[in-house]
Amino acid sequence: MNMREPIISFKDYTYHYRAQAAPTITDINLEIYKGERIIIVGPSGCGKSTLAHCLNGLNPFSYPGEIKGNLTICGVETAKSGIFELSQYVGTVLQDTDGQFIGMTVLEDIAFSMENECIPQKELIERTKAEAEKVGLLSKLGDAPHALSGGQKQRVSMAGVMVNQVPILLFDEPLANLDPAAGRDAIELIDKLQKDGEKTVIIIEHRLEDAMHMGADRIIMMENGKIISDSTPEELFLSNKLIEAGIREPLYLTALKYADVALSKDMHVERMQTLSLADTHKEQIRKWFAKRQAKEPAPEREEVLRVENIHFGYTPERENLTDISFTIRKGDMVSIVGKNGAGKSTMAKLLCGFETPNKGKLYLRGRDMAEDTIKERAAHIGYVMQNPNQMISKPMIYDEVALSLVMQKLPEEEIKERVHETLKICGLYEFRNWPINALSYGQKKRVTIASILVSKPQILILDEPTAGQDFRHYTEIMEFLKELNEKGYTVLMITHDMHLMLEYTSRSLVFSEGRKIADTTPEKLFANPQLLQQASLKETSLYQLAKDCGLPEEAYIRAFIEYDREVRS
Amino acid sequence: MSATLSYIKKNSPIHKLTGSTKFIFFLVWSLAAMITYDTRVLVGMFLLGVVFFRMSKLTWKDIRFAVLFMVWLIALNLIALFLFSPEQGVGIYGTRTEIVHLFWRYSIIAEEMFYLFNFMMKYLAVIPAALLFILTTDPSEFAASLNKIGVSYKVGYSVAIALRYIPDIQRDFREISQAQQARGIDLSKKDKMVDRLKNSAAILFPLVLSSLDRIEVISNAMELRGFGKNKKRTWIVERPFKKADYVAIGIAVCAMVISMLFIFLNGGRFYNPFV
Repeated sequence: MNMREPIISFKDYTYHYRAQAAPTITDINLEIYKGERIIIVGPSGCGKSTLAHCLNGLNPFSYPGEIKGNLTICGVETAKSGIFELSQYVGTVLQDTDGQFIGMTVLEDIAFSMENECIPQKELIERTKAEAEKVGLLSKLGDAPHALSGGQKQRVSMAGVMVNQVPILLFDEPLANLDPAAGRDAIELIDKLQKDGEKTVIIIEHRLEDAMHMGADRIIMMENGKIISDSTPEELFLSNKLIEAGIREPLYLTALKYADVALSKDMHVERMQTLSLADTHKEQIRKWFAKRQAKEPAPEREEVLRVENIHFGYTPERENLTDISFTIRKGDMVSIVGKNGAGKSTMAKLLCGFETPNKGKLYLRGRDMAEDTIKERAAHIGYVMQNPNQMISKPMIYDEVALSLVMQKLPEEEIKERVHETLKICGLYEFRNWPINALSYGQKKRVTIASILVSKPQILILDEPTAGQDFRHYTEIMEFLKELNEKGYTVLMITHDMHLMLEYTSRSLVFSEGRKIADTTPEKLFANPQLLQQASLKETSLYQLAKDCGLPEEAYIRAFIEYDREVRS
Repeated sequence: MSATLSYIKKNSPIHKLTGSTKFIFFLVWSLAAMITYDTRVLVGMFLLGVVFFRMSKLTWKDIRFAVLFMVWLIALNLIALFLFSPEQGVGIYGTRTEIVHLFWRYSIIAEEMFYLFNFMMKYLAVIPAALLFILTTDPSEFAASLNKIGVSYKVGYSVAIALRYIPDIQRDFREISQAQQARGIDLSKKDKMVDRLKNSAAILFPLVLSSLDRIEVISNAMELRGFGKNKKRTWIVERPFKKADYVAIGIAVCAMVISMLFIFLNGGRFYNPFV
């Protein structure tokens, strides 16, 4: 087959959702060839998901809209096709690993699309087993979805779309719900499956460095519904386009730029594994490092929260938390990290009083909290859930933020004053009379933070504050939390986001299988491969870079973080 | 500990029957118990039901809560029947054998007691079959079994998916209500009824929103994988009928035939030992 025959071809393609005032993507011209691996990046709302929906047929068949121009996939004009026909060419793995699980067991989920094709049972079983073997889940066929880890769930989804022998695999933010180690495994598996099956792979993702872990042929960058760059990763990384578009570039590139290393084509900058540095470059990095001096650690402030030998289990048979102790000081900004199910969220629930420990004590400013109710604790400890849709209970922003004060039956004047004050802190004052559903996801998140802040808790616990956010929203939310932190709020964050740990927290509590296995600084954590593995994190490219230049890894990572913070602020 | 009834995985001859068999058995068996008031038939069916239950290797602990709950319901039902028409049995059996007078219009009458006993036996004859269907049918097979007896696979799948989401929605509910309590929304009995209703809206609103999110994701996922493409579909979990399945359905049909036979012999739905 001719390699230059495009398998996907957009020609002057525009898509206009029926419910929207303007087209969401306009004048798309893009050809994708058989066997290519394409990464599509761009900020939230740039149209990359719309593009994906046009490929798999959700547009226009599930979300109606008007098409201009045309799109052909494997020679078929999509507008004249249907979602079922397109599903034979394009297999889609959705972002939500939990939600897309259809079958009651792994076996049924993988077989689902074949069942719909009326394939006889004997063949169903054979093909399902063969596919499960490819993704390494043969021993899990009888398991229910909730018994699997995030990474395993995603592998089930992959097997479920590949079982139909589709030529094109489309991944919609495959890394968003995975911890870094599982994300790395997912990218490696995609690489293997692509090579074994001669598939064309399209990955939509804003975690560019992670998505590039096994390389790509081209990176397509989108903004405001248009393609603004279509080039090899190397060309893109050598240009300044990523920064201009507000997309995070790989950390090792930032590090090279800080050391004033001039990037050039012979350095193979597309991946850390391919990067080749000349001795002069290494010397530059060493010189940069020599100039950096470690900052004095901040003086220890008074304790606000103390956890002492906590044991807890949801059922008497199994302990979910075993012998947890730590102290949080005023003004700390701490990340709580570890695999799904390691006990991080459970710890937060105990602090808020949603659950009661079986053994051990919790102290708030030295006072035992055992007798305090959820409501009483909430005056000191605010809890922000991961999904803002799970918290928002009023249609209007003002009412939502005012809710807890209204419940306390405070006088109206005081409520108004405090809500306005909080909205100003959160940068939402101009929106105070807006309906919440007019806001973006990131703004909704801020509304939920505001609705907690309004009752002035001194400690904030946030569950995955930046999950699924692009770089701009990530920066927005985190800078906001940093400001609060500087005003004296103590902030605890449960997170998988390695950038967040590195860039914003001074301390990490690492949980594994219900135990606290480390209480350390992020730079120490990222210089300890064994600990990283237990926390289901992965090495950063900074670690490798330091190693390549013969520098002490921990000190180099710290120097980078400190310098980076200076540059950003 | 299980207050809710759900599939309990065990290795027994009853578990090995296909879901369709158990469903058909349950339907035919219930019909047989419904049409008759014949004590001999009902007691026979109940005893057989207990035997089947023993065969399933389920334990008393697995069903205790459900059975106690149903016993309570039956007791209420019987008391109500007695209070509203204490002489019903007299009308049915044609004689009146008063054992002891209680008060006002209420007496313990042999015929009435016998009628109520038969009424209770109807429930008791059906309960084992219902419990066995619920507790020994793999939820995976549920949709396939419904489909096999002629229910559209789309309906069968919707029911199965809805069942599967119940634990997820319960978890959402728990998390949302905890987070809302932390914002001072009290759902305890301390508040007035009106306030409590208003407060529960604060939980329902986000619960509905997040459930709608789930529905959108799952329906996209299903459509993208060809659900609804053809009039029929195959099922990987479907099992072929074996000898035991035919035997089981045969037993249910026999029960039905015997039940009808006795109606014919008695010349009515009631067996009358009083004449």
